[in-house]
Amino acid sequence: METYTFLRAFADSWMLLFLFVFFIGVVIWVLRPGSTKTYEEPSSIPFRHEDKPAPRGEADAKEA
Amino acid sequence: MLNYIKLIALGLITLFAMIAASYARDLAYQVHAIIIMAVSAGLFLWTLRNTDEPVPAATLETSYMDGVIRYGVIATAFWAVVGFLAGTFIAFQLAFPGLNFDWAQGYANFGRLRPLHTSAVIFAFGGNALIATSFYVVQRTSAARLWGGNLGWFVFWGYNLFIVLAATGYLLGSTQSKEYAEPEWYVDIWLTIVWVAYLAVFLGTIIKRKEPHIYVANWFFLSFIVTVAMLHLFNNLSIPVSIWGSKSVQVFAGVQDAMVQWWYGHNAVGFFLTAGFLGMMYYFVPKQAERPVFSYKLSIIHFWALIFLYIWAGPHHLHYTALPDWASTLGMVFSIVLWMPSWGGMINGLMTLSGAWDKLRTDPVIRMMVISLGFYGMSTFEGPMMSIRAVNSLSHYTDWTIGHVHSGALGWNGMITFGALYFLVPKLWNRERLYSLSMVSWHFWLATIGIILYAASMWVTGIMEGLMWREVDANGFLVNAFADTVAAKFPMYVVRGLGGVLYIAGAVIMCYNLFMTVKRSPAVEASNSVVPAE
Repeated sequence: METYTFLRAFADSWMLLFLFVFFIGVVIWVLRPGSTKTYEEPSSIPFRHEDKPAPRGEADAKEA
Repeated sequence: MLNYIKLIALGLITLFAMIAASYARDLAYQVHAIIIMAVSAGLFLWTLRNTDEPVPAATLETSYMDGVIRYGVIATAFWAVVGFLAGTFIAFQLAFPGLNFDWAQGYANFGRLRPLHTSAVIFAFGGNALIATSFYVVQRTSAARLWGGNLGWFVFWGYNLFIVLAATGYLLGSTQSKEYAEPEWYVDIWLTIVWVAYLAVFLGTIIKRKEPHIYVANWFFLSFIVTVAMLHLFNNLSIPVSIWGSKSVQVFAGVQDAMVQWWYGHNAVGFFLTAGFLGMMYYFVPKQAERPVFSYKLSIIHFWALIFLYIWAGPHHLHYTALPDWASTLGMVFSIVLWMPSWGGMINGLMTLSGAWDKLRTDPVIRMMVISLGFYGMSTFEGPMMSIRAVNSLSHYTDWTIGHVHSGALGWNGMITFGALYFLVPKLWNRERLYSLSMVSWHFWLATIGIILYAASMWVTGIMEGLMWREVDANGFLVNAFADTVAAKFPMYVVRGLGGVLYIAGAVIMCYNLFMTVKRSPAVEASNSVVPAE
């Protein structure tokens, strides 16, 4: 029962707090200033590379 | 060298399956052993014939791996018809019990065919659709060829072998009696292996992506693959009675077992039928509307909110049971909070069309996607409402639940998959357009009217049934016997069956249209054609 009691207490205190803070953090991060511009680029991903993979050189250029 | 290892492994599996077939303690196990023996013996011969043959040139990193997706599209269309046919038949079995034929007793009665229907539509139709579209989407949005070479083929064939084993098992009575998790222990082990391979292929492709950002559809697909793996493992913890038989005993017992089952069951809905299909939505709706998703920010919040909330909603299946009240209240609260991400996602999908609403008039494929989002919104409104304990006391165990599931499954999952198939077939077979748009319109209206007949009749019969069950006279005695409710439901059962007939008619028209698209539609002009042959 020891393990159960410990896990139970941990789950509804620290773990709950962690998950909640993480979630709020995600929302704040997504809505950070300047994010509208940042997300313009990824939202157009489906419209590139429809027919074949990116050539070798392209990836290195982007990741730099 | 690899071929020799394969030959040894396949030989051993064939031998083991032969021994298993002769020692088998029950018919289902014996039939499965024979199927496995035949498959591995066939693969043995096939590998043998290819051993020490010259290996074709290195993998084409300059093209996408579309062969397995084409097979996946065909399998999706095939299992759709099989699953809908089984569903329509059992709907009529409920209306006309005479259809539980005496000569097929023990094999094709309602109890045996129902899991066959649910698994055929969820896992065979939905699962093949998810595998095919996730392979398509992850390659396009990562700008990289599928990772793992032939592992993608293993995932496809392995998954379909799982379906065949599951389906034959149900008919022959091999089941662990857990809803949506009926297959017995050895079939579960096989699915685990296939699923790990699926995760490896998907994750491998994401890791070698050329796009710096992981597109949101891939987040949904990945959460679907990972969560289903976790759910599958925990809900199928069981100990076989004998290695030569299909029967196994669950590790959990009583209310713990029930809770694990519905934690699994509801997240099968939340991650298999929702997160995975949202992955489709976030790729195919923008593609068909030819504009990026309405709000990328909203899609990220949608993702995190959905996966953080869904996992807790399971206990709402166990209101008024031995489950502690706090647990079922927790499930109820999280189900209600789920309204927000669900509707956020629906609005995000619908608003993607803003500025292009005229396409609804001209393009029946986008109409299909829009109505699927409409049904998504409708069933994710209905679900939280039904999870409220007071509502649940009326709706639980009635046909209302069945109606709810089908407005989600036929409306949301079915329609978005049809839309994706209409998008994929011309692309994958290099065709300029679909064979017939008016056939798509026919499919759209047949399916929509079918769903409306289905959902409306189930609302009526479900609420009527719930009210009849709880009706008491002045002295506190129950007014209706159970058989009275069965008799009262007859007309609605016939309407439901007719709804199914309309829905399957639409699916058959789709299959014909897709077949003719491949056969007859003009090919894309050579100058535009950049998809090399596989």
